[in-house]
Amino acid sequence: MYSYSDFDEAFVRSRVAQFSQQVSRRIDGSLTEDEFKPLRLMNGLYLQLHAYMLRVAIPYGTLSSRQMHQLAHIARTWDKGYGHFTTRQNIQYNWPVLGDVPAILSALADVEMHAIQTSGNCVRNVTSDHFAGAAADEIEDPRPYAELLRQWSTDHPEFQFLPRKFKIAITGSPNDRAVTKAHDIGLRMLRNAKGEIGFEVMVGGGLGRTPMIGQVVRDFLPVADLLPYTEAVLSVYNRLGRRDNKYKARIKITVHETGLEEIRRLVEERFAEIRPDFHGHDQVLLDDIRAAFAPPAFRNAPTDAHDQFYAADPVYRAWCDTNLTRHRNSEYAIVTISLKAQGKTPGDATADQMDLMADLAARLGHDELRISHEQNVILPHVHKSDLPALHAALSAAGLGTANVGLISDIIACPGMDYCALATARSIPVAQDIALRFDELKLEHEIGPLKLKISGCINACGHHHVGHIGILGLDRAGVENYQITLGGDGTETAVIGERAGPGFAYDEIVPAIERLVQAYLSLRTEETETFLQTYRRLGLPPFKAALYPAEGAQDAK
Amino acid sequence: MSRKFTPKVVTANDLLVGDVVYLTATNEWTRDHAKAELIEDEAHAQLRLLEGAGQKNIIVGAYLADARLGENGPEPVHFREVFRTRGPSNYAMGKQVGELPGPRS
Repeated sequence: MYSYSDFDEAFVRSRVAQFSQQVSRRIDGSLTEDEFKPLRLMNGLYLQLHAYMLRVAIPYGTLSSRQMHQLAHIARTWDKGYGHFTTRQNIQYNWPVLGDVPAILSALADVEMHAIQTSGNCVRNVTSDHFAGAAADEIEDPRPYAELLRQWSTDHPEFQFLPRKFKIAITGSPNDRAVTKAHDIGLRMLRNAKGEIGFEVMVGGGLGRTPMIGQVVRDFLPVADLLPYTEAVLSVYNRLGRRDNKYKARIKITVHETGLEEIRRLVEERFAEIRPDFHGHDQVLLDDIRAAFAPPAFRNAPTDAHDQFYAADPVYRAWCDTNLTRHRNSEYAIVTISLKAQGKTPGDATADQMDLMADLAARLGHDELRISHEQNVILPHVHKSDLPALHAALSAAGLGTANVGLISDIIACPGMDYCALATARSIPVAQDIALRFDELKLEHEIGPLKLKISGCINACGHHHVGHIGILGLDRAGVENYQITLGGDGTETAVIGERAGPGFAYDEIVPAIERLVQAYLSLRTEETETFLQTYRRLGLPPFKAALYPAEGAQDAK
Repeated sequence: MSRKFTPKVVTANDLLVGDVVYLTATNEWTRDHAKAELIEDEAHAQLRLLEGAGQKNIIVGAYLADARLGENGPEPVHFREVFRTRGPSNYAMGKQVGELPGPRS
């Protein structure tokens, strides 16, 4: 794993010192809120519905066990004993008091972490495939490039005041698990005809108020051109982006209004201008970073223990079938630990659970953990012979749920239970849906289904790319939930289609149940997934299930 | 014609702790919605908002929220304000259990 250089360490420590003094000056009254607010946001500190919230970056979703232990320590010492993992590979603490935040940032710096650029109109935490460095389908580990981008974008003087926030996602696999097409810049690694590795560069993707799928601005970017080309994109956006209207300020609108061809021309022009200024120091740095991401020393051992348990224990078998992914080393598996136990809050882990996952990673997982944008925790490298012990330890701590990729593996934003921007609650809707399908004992029969819930139009819950998406709105002072169908966040990304009028809070779970029952009766065979059935038949039969002829379902 | 004024309370978040507070008739901040001053006149509401927001080293983000008179004092009208009087619905935390932000004691 990447370790901070002296420069990184000094930079993060100096920011902690600066912000500590800023907090003191706010508390003694020498800074007003108007002066303090941009400073606290630059350090990830929001004021939410019931309390402050600190958003901590987990760069490209990678954590060591030491870092995970420290996240647990922070949750226990300065918060209420839990943390919330988000769709942007961050962790959010929901209850810090202002005076404790400097101590929290200092504790983060002790383990090479921070909350810098987790808010504001700058380049945010660069996200990546949570299976990076382990996936069998991967061309190359994308994290060294993500780390290079992190170093380049951190405190970049030209890009601290962009028209709006800017999100970059990168994947090294053809199967896109990082939702790259819904990012301001999406980078997808590929090989050209000569077998060289490069990136397909997409710009202007994004969800929120105006959801758009990113468009390819460069078919093949040699890896050595990554920084100058990214800088060219940012630079064009910085100049053309709409600063007059917050809702039109993201690069997706710039691309839409300017046209892809013109954006491409401007980016290439700027690229040609700045490329000569990159003399190769970035490539030297990249080589050092690559060395830090060398794969662990994989063990060579029999996997009989796993095979025997798999044959004998149906609970273990069910967990393996849903929560394991093929590792590039055939003796290993990638383990997804579900933070979606039915009825619990999606993405939440208690301090004790974090400590346990850290211990297990240290003992059985080559000391590595990942946070996925789907709000689960991943142990990327577990030898198959260790899986039965791992499963037993996880199950004892409420972390053994076998539901990854199923209907109860729901993405849900914090919604109006925490977020000041939310227009409706998300968490209890997710809890009720998961409990209902668990009660019906249907979720394994339903099979792969991505259900995603956002509590406002900003779409942190990625509802537009859910096979079933739910958007919570405030309609005349009452919570109302709109359903979108057929969304897809992978390499075949599609924005879902709105099914019709919204449902009241107490109508949304029955509506989802009707929808899923319709799918079960419509699918040609058990292996036809919800998304495949939807693509075959389109909206009409699902709409009919959602809005039966008698009785209007619209919650007016 | 402007819309008829509906009663309001002045609400904000505490600067140091972050939790939800309401302005009382005696210019103090209470954590209990029922103890807030229920403001029934528009001009008075604007004045009270200015007076509340002026306490810049005690609170953050003061605004007027709709309220109505209930059995024990002012009650919130909109569901967002109802949630602010309670805390999150996924855990017994915050006002609903008489708890402030910060570590659990």
